[in-house]
Amino acid sequence: MKTALFEIIENQPIAHDIFRMRLVGDAHGISAPGQFVNIALEGCFLRRPISVSDYDDHGLTLIYKVVGRGTEKMSTLHVGEMLDVMLPLGNGFTVASHQHPLVVGGGVGIAPLYALTKRLGNATVVLGVRSKEDLFFEREFSALGAKVFIATEDGTLGTKGFVTDAIRENDINFDYFYTCGPMPMMKALVAMIRSTTSGQLSFEERMGCGFGACMGCSLQMRSGSRRVCKDGPVFNMEDVVW
Amino acid sequence: MVDTRVSLAGVMLQNPIIPASGVYGFGGEFRDFYDPNILGAICLKGTTLEPRFGNPTPRIAECTAGMINSVGLQNPGVDAVIAHEIPALREFYHQPIIANISGFSVDEYRECCRRIDAHVDIIEVNVSCPNVHNGGMTFGTDAHCAAEVTKAVKSVTKKPVFIKLTPNVTDIVPIARACEDAGADGLTLVNTFLGMRIDIHRHRPVLANVMGGFSGPAIFPIALRMVYQVANEVHIPVMGCGGVRSASDVVEMMMAGATAVQIGAATLRDPILCKTIIEELPVLLNKLGYERCDNSLRLCRQ
Repeated sequence: MKTALFEIIENQPIAHDIFRMRLVGDAHGISAPGQFVNIALEGCFLRRPISVSDYDDHGLTLIYKVVGRGTEKMSTLHVGEMLDVMLPLGNGFTVASHQHPLVVGGGVGIAPLYALTKRLGNATVVLGVRSKEDLFFEREFSALGAKVFIATEDGTLGTKGFVTDAIRENDINFDYFYTCGPMPMMKALVAMIRSTTSGQLSFEERMGCGFGACMGCSLQMRSGSRRVCKDGPVFNMEDVVW
Repeated sequence: MVDTRVSLAGVMLQNPIIPASGVYGFGGEFRDFYDPNILGAICLKGTTLEPRFGNPTPRIAECTAGMINSVGLQNPGVDAVIAHEIPALREFYHQPIIANISGFSVDEYRECCRRIDAHVDIIEVNVSCPNVHNGGMTFGTDAHCAAEVTKAVKSVTKKPVFIKLTPNVTDIVPIARACEDAGADGLTLVNTFLGMRIDIHRHRPVLANVMGGFSGPAIFPIALRMVYQVANEVHIPVMGCGGVRSASDVVEMMMAGATAVQIGAATLRDPILCKTIIEELPVLLNKLGYERCDNSLRLCRQ
């Protein structure tokens, strides 16, 4: 864990209110998909935790949704500017080997699943968004060789409804799952699976520090109190209390 | 070279810089950023007799120049802190440790103190947590209650006892005096200010607990004012706390009358802040013409 300066080499919208930011810098500490970084922004007191969508030793790709003052500020930053980034944070996904892994992303929660899918190789991917214009990375996931299914709440693309509808409609067969997205989506997914299949879920929470010190993001899990920033953000399905 | 050592009710610190309770956990999380042995002391996460999960999330709300937290004294309980957290910290850290204890009754404060006494160097008594009901701050808003807690804790320890007071009162001075009269060895000023934010899109409070404790640079002038008011009315040392984020803030706190200075919210954004301040403080004091971190800095001397 450290703070380091990264140079912005790209910062542009890729869907409605969704931006992709590419950073160059020493990112070799990132060791698992699903880890995140915490970014210091001028005019914001706390850092902003942002998930890493892709990484290598020399840089990071971040996907973020403009939802408040911090991400608004991020969206105005220019190529060439330097960012104070704390990394690597969180545990990330454990890449397990299964015959038919399923990857389910909702909204901006799709972001960290890209690096994961890259490492899984043989995944089926279900992406859920509100409307067609909120969707990103459909082609990128396909380019990884994944079978990609889409669900839109308004029916403008793919299955009309939620990710669970797309899984049912396409009769998707899987023996393990990985998911990141809004709580209601993850809850519905787990309810549908009825614990016949195991999986990993990535959580989001408002954070103070991002590195485990302040207890601002603690959730009650079966194994006890767990910090989303340090013990998570990825938790095994069996550990989650709904 | 400037001598940065300070004596805190008889406990010698190599410098006056202490991470405040709650932002430093039990000491392990900052090791990646710097060696904590450079610190004056470490103040542990607030500890209660029984384990506490704390409040539901969201527990954090950002503000202009600060933040509100409603963690709610999450901690594993005093026995687990003694059995696991303190031994783990002592393995790599050899400077003084300050316990921060809280309770929901005078008996709880006393028992928590009695158990942790042998394992730490200073006891800080939190009578000022705004995030728990029927405890915490209710003891610190009444001079009589604060004095009762002070007496109870003092009856079971020989270690220096610092009472951490709340700023959420009309006049902090009589409460500070009552603690001194009840035998407190020092005071920590101040805990967080009760605050609130509302999410205008969702039409509800940002924090699940509705209100929480406001800290960060925005409160510095108020904390400084309270340190100044109290330090000139009591004869026991004061640890200044509230919105400090630079060596110059530390000097201001010491000029107001603080013997040592705690750094809180700002370390969450900048985890190496304590290290930076420890490096910059002697340089600044030297520039200002001081040779020591002592009473010579104070505006009004006792």
